[in-house]
Amino acid sequence: MQENVDRCRNYRMYPLKKGEKALKKVLIANRGEIASRIIKTCHELGIETVAIYSDADQELPFVKNATVAHRIGEPQVSKSYLQMEKVIEIAEQEEVDAIHPGYGFLSENPQFAQAVTDKGIVFIGPPPSIISLMGDKVKARQTMIKAGVPVVPGSEEGIHTIEEACTLATSYGYPVMLKASGGGGGIGMVCCHSEDELQKAFQTTKLRAKSYFGNDKVFIEKFIPNARHIEVQVFGDHHGNIVHLFERDCSIQRRNQKVVEETPSPFLSSVTREKICQTAKKAAEYVGYTNAGTIEFIVDEEENFYFLEMNTRLQVEHGITEMITDVDLVEWQLLVARGEKLPMTQSEINSFGHSIEFRLYAEDPIRFFPSPGKIEEFRLPSNIQNVRIDNGYEVGSIVTPFYDPMLAKIIVKGNTRQDAIQTAKNYLNEIVIKGIKTNIPLFIQIINEESFLHGEYTTNYLSLINKR
Amino acid sequence: MMKEITASMAGTVLQVLVSEGDEINEGQVVVMLESMKMEIPIESTETGTVTSIKVNIGDFVNEEDVLLELE
Repeated sequence: MQENVDRCRNYRMYPLKKGEKALKKVLIANRGEIASRIIKTCHELGIETVAIYSDADQELPFVKNATVAHRIGEPQVSKSYLQMEKVIEIAEQEEVDAIHPGYGFLSENPQFAQAVTDKGIVFIGPPPSIISLMGDKVKARQTMIKAGVPVVPGSEEGIHTIEEACTLATSYGYPVMLKASGGGGGIGMVCCHSEDELQKAFQTTKLRAKSYFGNDKVFIEKFIPNARHIEVQVFGDHHGNIVHLFERDCSIQRRNQKVVEETPSPFLSSVTREKICQTAKKAAEYVGYTNAGTIEFIVDEEENFYFLEMNTRLQVEHGITEMITDVDLVEWQLLVARGEKLPMTQSEINSFGHSIEFRLYAEDPIRFFPSPGKIEEFRLPSNIQNVRIDNGYEVGSIVTPFYDPMLAKIIVKGNTRQDAIQTAKNYLNEIVIKGIKTNIPLFIQIINEESFLHGEYTTNYLSLINKR
Repeated sequence: MMKEITASMAGTVLQVLVSEGDEINEGQVVVMLESMKMEIPIESTETGTVTSIKVNIGDFVNEEDVLLELE
């Protein structure tokens, strides 16, 4: 395993071949833990980094970690991290070779990817056409049907009228999920249990879709009860090679956003595991995918799986995949962006052990509302065996209300799931954070639940444990 | 007597769920804020009639900013 890592590290020593681009300086169009995470691998590979920061983030570690840092604007995302022209202006001024968008913000914005490419700068991700295709959930569903990938029964086109919505919903049977075609991140979807609820949700969902995503197209899917959310990491290069790096089970969610993820899934049989990974690979091959991507599936109680969406970027929870495969996915992103072949073939990629990630949020653990404020004490040890901390904050940092409330990711590893859980138990009790509320008490509760220990949980797990 | 409903945290106004002249009850959701990628419902802390709405959709408000006034 170590050998594989060493081998791909050595890739940077090779002289550039025809069609390969030099990558000496990369701008990271993101903030917080993911910016620090990307900077780390860049520096290990001898690549210089350019950070951008808003006024609210000036004191955060990622700004200090980068080779150079530039102010981008006022705190609000629309005045800072979403300012495409400013990002590109800084990239040109710094003469960077590539831009890494991280996740969120501009990472799945095809106009941005195109604008970057037009300036002769490498966008670290798939081509704009694929981002655009997968960003439209209705088109993505149509594409997957053509690729022979099962999708959740649902509307083939966007729905325009409430009558159309009701007719379709009746044909699938309630409950149904009403979703924004441009949606993502758990925003813009509502579960409707009756025609009455669908009537009420229709206009508000359209309005919300318009204001969040600038597109009011909505569609309906049959609701899958007791579902699990399982996704597969895929990777493609510019030489036609595509591999999968196994699955991640992301079923523990609040407000349709992930909180705990693990790999392998404790639920899937080995037969289904192989099948779901191969299906994801097939889907990626069908669209000619390049760079890192994730195909999300919803899996029912009988292990039938259906395509949900594809994320055309590095995923928040990529770390658990790195823990079990010993692959540095950011490094692969850089290699592929540089025009190199994937360092490993499918048969060379193995998984070993079990990994679990806990997303540490600045939020009230009961009501899940964000809890901004100044971090007065921050004990999150980073030198514990089998524990990896991807962290965006430090003592004295201010958690501002402008961005996602995730502070850090606690990623544990063990030979078995039980070992990983034990490591997590010990670690979670070590953490001391004062000044803001966090969801640590929730993790401690989850990890002591019988159902979690047995791997028996579905996407409504958190709403159920809090009702008891 | 005039009463004020304020934002319990900073965020962007996503929806204003009441109009001037509406009679509202304590605990009723009056404004939906978007903050840190989450929708935060702001409930009225008072019962009364809405006399003035101080924010528009898309406005950024800070904690304690007045959202609406009641009588």
